[in-house]
Amino acid sequence: MKQHLNTLYVQTEGAWLRREGETVVVVIDGVERASLPVHKLDGVVCFGRVGLSAPLMGFCAERNVAVSFLSPNGRFLARVVGPQGGNVLLRRRQYRLADDPDGAAAVAAALIVGKTLNQRTVLRRALRDHGPSMTDEARMSVKAAERRLTDVARRLRATNALDSVRGLEGEAGRSYFAVFDRLLRVADPALRFRGRSRRPPLDPVNAVLSFLYAMLGHDCRSAIEVTGLDAAVGFLHRDRPGRPGLALDLMEELRAPLADRLALSMFNRRQLGPRDFDRSGTGAFTLMDDARRRVLVAWQERKREEIHHPFLGERTAIGLIPSLQAQLLSRCLRGDLDGYPPFVWK
Amino acid sequence: MMVLVSYDVQTGDPGGARRLRRIARALKDHGQRVQYSVFECDVEPAQWAILKQRLLGEFEPDKDSLRFYHLGGNWHRRIEHHGAKPAIDLDGPLLF
Repeated sequence: MKQHLNTLYVQTEGAWLRREGETVVVVIDGVERASLPVHKLDGVVCFGRVGLSAPLMGFCAERNVAVSFLSPNGRFLARVVGPQGGNVLLRRRQYRLADDPDGAAAVAAALIVGKTLNQRTVLRRALRDHGPSMTDEARMSVKAAERRLTDVARRLRATNALDSVRGLEGEAGRSYFAVFDRLLRVADPALRFRGRSRRPPLDPVNAVLSFLYAMLGHDCRSAIEVTGLDAAVGFLHRDRPGRPGLALDLMEELRAPLADRLALSMFNRRQLGPRDFDRSGTGAFTLMDDARRRVLVAWQERKREEIHHPFLGERTAIGLIPSLQAQLLSRCLRGDLDGYPPFVWK
Repeated sequence: MMVLVSYDVQTGDPGGARRLRRIARALKDHGQRVQYSVFECDVEPAQWAILKQRLLGEFEPDKDSLRFYHLGGNWHRRIEHHGAKPAIDLDGPLLF
């Protein structure tokens, strides 16, 4: 079993990273802050004005450490890739399946079944956790959404066309996000969720969701690349230059359990409040430095938690799930599995 | 698994400074310096075999000493730190 490796996040303005022997050295204001052996890392994420020496970039590429550059708000800017690894035969299979409408629809449907069931689990967990603190009206609407998600998942199992998969995904997303606000236990009117908004996120909850999705996207993309698949060619997300279609596909089933649930807990535990956000003139909300740090720490800690993987029947660190799913996907492409088994969170 | 490595190198004799430097460099590649001649290395068994070989290749058995303390997988419980320069937990959030 692969070990869950750590990701190094650097968000200090003007920080500089360089290579020394087999280690990544973090220098801030001319002071060496840490020297991290590369065998403990599988990714480096730089926010804003952070520099990496060219030898370090080469070294990371050689050691399969994914390096991404993000804007201070977590929007993806660039990444450093080494030689395309993995097996060309596997990638050919991927392309053939992506070009085959029935095959692509089957994988896409499996991904969205996973996504829908995981959204349902988020709702069910909230119903259980909130207990009597939820009003009857809220409980009824969350329960109704939960039933709609069950129904969508059932209908997805019977679909064989990409367009209907997309339609059902939209239906599930609408039911889920329509009641998402009910899952927030904080009474503060500044922390209301009024539907999903992105580019820009128009409220604090959306800002945290977008930020966590960017972190999850980084992990999914490197998991796919390490497995040797082509991150650009997806099944549900069709090809578009510069878009990592397969990484977005893989992300779908993991958004709710990994990101949404964490965002909800951080607000409900009052680890984040209205004062942690900056509002720009255009109405866009962004996380302030200190709050972003807290979100990253929570995200890293969440990835270390262990969870039971229902398909593999093993306990595994949450942070390994993207890699495990990418491996299951490649087994399904090779024909070792009859279909893609999505990660279903119980 | 965690291995604590401490060493003493006779720096007085010719080549001593070189051995000291090279041993420290090998340890830096695999772990974290927690005190002047003490490193904590969280390594897989295969990596440990490589590191150990490298260390034993550098040192002079009749002049220097190397000590390996195997703390196993449950090492978090076995280390307690007081005072200055706490080590970074390489498994914890790495955020700078």
